[in-house]
Amino acid sequence: MSETHAHSAAFVRTAILPPAAPPPGQTGVLRWMRENLFSSIPNALLTLLALYFVYTILAAILPWTLNGIWDAGSLTECRAIRDERGLSTAACWAVINERWLQLLFGFYPIDAPLLARLFYADELAAAGGMDAVFGPGSNATARIEFVGTMRAELGNALVFFFGYWRPLLALALLVVAVAPVLYNNLPRGMLIFSLIYPFLAVFLLWGGSIWGPISVALGLALSLYILKYAGARFGGLLGGLAMIVTLLCFFFNPLSLLGISGLFPLLPHVSGLLGTILPFGLPAITSDDFGGFMLAIIIGTSGIVLSLPLGIVLALGRQSSMPLIKWVCVTFIEVIRGVPLIVWLFTASLLLNYFLPPGTNFDLLLRVIIMVTLFASAYLAEVVRGGLAALPKGQYEAADSLGLDYWKSMRLIVLPQALKISIPGIVNTFIGLFKDTTLVVFIGLRDPLGLTNAIRATGEWNGIYWELYVFVALLFFVFCFFMSRYSMYLERKLATDRR
Amino acid sequence: MKKSVFLGTLAVAGLAAGIASAQTTLEQVQARGTLLCGSNEGLAGFAAPDANGVWSGFDVSLCRAVATAVLGDPQAVEFVPLTSQTRFTALAAGEVDVLVRNSTWTFSRDTDLALDFVGVNYYDGQGFMVNTALGVSSATELDGATVCIQTGTTTELNLADFFRVNNISYEPVPVATNAEGQQQYLAGACDVYTTDVSGLAATRATFEDAASHVILPEIVSKEPLGPVVRHGDSEWGDIVRWTLNALIAAEEYGVTSANVRELAAAPTANPEINRLLGTEGELGAMIGLSNDWAVNVIAAVGNYGEVFEQNIGENTPVGLARGLNAQWTDGGLLYSPPFR
Repeated sequence: MSETHAHSAAFVRTAILPPAAPPPGQTGVLRWMRENLFSSIPNALLTLLALYFVYTILAAILPWTLNGIWDAGSLTECRAIRDERGLSTAACWAVINERWLQLLFGFYPIDAPLLARLFYADELAAAGGMDAVFGPGSNATARIEFVGTMRAELGNALVFFFGYWRPLLALALLVVAVAPVLYNNLPRGMLIFSLIYPFLAVFLLWGGSIWGPISVALGLALSLYILKYAGARFGGLLGGLAMIVTLLCFFFNPLSLLGISGLFPLLPHVSGLLGTILPFGLPAITSDDFGGFMLAIIIGTSGIVLSLPLGIVLALGRQSSMPLIKWVCVTFIEVIRGVPLIVWLFTASLLLNYFLPPGTNFDLLLRVIIMVTLFASAYLAEVVRGGLAALPKGQYEAADSLGLDYWKSMRLIVLPQALKISIPGIVNTFIGLFKDTTLVVFIGLRDPLGLTNAIRATGEWNGIYWELYVFVALLFFVFCFFMSRYSMYLERKLATDRR
Repeated sequence: MKKSVFLGTLAVAGLAAGIASAQTTLEQVQARGTLLCGSNEGLAGFAAPDANGVWSGFDVSLCRAVATAVLGDPQAVEFVPLTSQTRFTALAAGEVDVLVRNSTWTFSRDTDLALDFVGVNYYDGQGFMVNTALGVSSATELDGATVCIQTGTTTELNLADFFRVNNISYEPVPVATNAEGQQQYLAGACDVYTTDVSGLAATRATFEDAASHVILPEIVSKEPLGPVVRHGDSEWGDIVRWTLNALIAAEEYGVTSANVRELAAAPTANPEINRLLGTEGELGAMIGLSNDWAVNVIAAVGNYGEVFEQNIGENTPVGLARGLNAQWTDGGLLYSPPFR
């Protein structure tokens, strides 16, 4: 066929012409601009207006930012340097340069003995050696002077990596512990580390004997083992009771009502015994020394990790057909959610002391973490309930028709779908929680904003505002932006339907 | 006591309660080894941390003095930052042993809140700051001015009283914090900024052109600032009161951190100094301290005048004159009862 056709036709093109370039103005940047920025006269006007806006803002901010002065000892020096360079406006970044460690870690003590041993050995020997400077009974004023000169000579970078190795290591391990939870293509064995991590982090951050956190972990593991063993042998109810009794004996004093103390709780005995056999630990640091961005991360991550399971349980409880459980959950959610967070924080910091026996040493940071967790879980419960309500009733019925019991139907059918729907809401709550951690400044914890106030109180930096706030804002932005990006990744990955 | 969080919360709740409540504050502090001092979160000249996290300031020095008296170590203080809302509750609830946070001694605080003000370490008063361009030389000329004022403080009420008494009008611009007030005033949102004179001086010192702002001569309120302790433990109150008095008396008798060791080596001709420094009599034992407690205090922090000059005096950025805070012999109000 093709042959006859070829013979009968006057001309047959044998080679395909190369595609011609589109006419100028229909290609590349020009076309994109015309289509997106100048598609009509009103749009063109709006574009010009927006450009002018951006220009004015940048013209105000950029010279200030980029001409910033990094090397000065005080605001007055900053101003002198600025005038010397003939600038009209310049940021005084020197305050960040000097105080960034304080904004990150608050007054968390540095590991001065380690720094001295590694980088300052000669001066340490000159000052009389390790025991004379850091040993028990050494002169505190002399030690503070020694550490002060050492910090000034070593510079902030060395102090950051070696002086603060404990919080830094805790943060690095947090990433390792969280990774298998966030990304499911990592080996599942890493989850074991995620379970160990909370105890490890407490040990690293607060120090003390290593046997304290280990004993707590042992007590929890023992209770779970008893639940499993007794549950298999004597049935679920007795197993649960046995676990509660174990927990009580280990962590509390069940005989305190009878006025007997000393035997229970078992926890101090166990950790004390282990401590005498093999004493090992880090210098203890109290919660009062925690501060800065580290505080926001500690409160934020513990709140996030603890409030998610609690929120899910509350949401399920609110949907429960058992009236007692339902009303307990509804009351809890409504009471917690109906009162501002700042009120709960004041309750935690002030009112709680009136109810506890005098002299009780109930850590303020822990109180705050508990309050933030409860607050976030009430919000999460409502977010998750939204997800549960959005699920078609057929899904619940399908699970029932398969003969699954309540927990299995929730775990296998309902919750995976409901949680997937709720991801944006959940992450929204988390970001809100993370930023709400700055509210602790009102109860006297040294969060980054509180520290800006403290830094301003020194003679050198009194009167400096924007530089400190910009730095703190940047720190928060990085974390919140990561969370928001992760939630988008998760949504894309889980989008198995409704594409 | 174990400081681990888990132990602290899970185990201690029942155990520690019975033991701690039976102790006096002095015993608690000595058993703990540190003094818990309620302090400001940061106030120029009065309490501020340096780059190493070491606190210094006028109020801080008094905390260090008490720590030296009780524990012999000026560094054995833990500073608990308290806001103006939480300070008295924290003291009443036992979270701090002593509160030195530029708190004004008033009737209701002393009685109704069940607290004890044990002295005055700084006599402050409310004043006004204006731009020299306004051409005002007295607060009575401020008719119709806009005034930046911190809400919810006694300064707000004092301001209203002052303008009513002088029969002039003003327009308040409410601000939440000193930092905000400073910004508003500089931005021209108000003609006048009013707060305690010490605060005004510290604020003015940070301005680029401090010379074009003046603090008007009128002082419109009495703000005696002092250390506070809980009701019910008078022995502890005595220790704080007489530590403050020792600082004031030391200045009066010319005892300084430089010469205190020398004066305490042997009894001097002045019996008052001898009793203060413990070379004569047994005053230390009467308040449960060692006999040379005042020597340690003065050697560690200096006398009242030294503390003042170091932190808020005329050679510091805050640059305050002694004024009311001079010794009674110099026309001020500082007057320590005799050490005998």
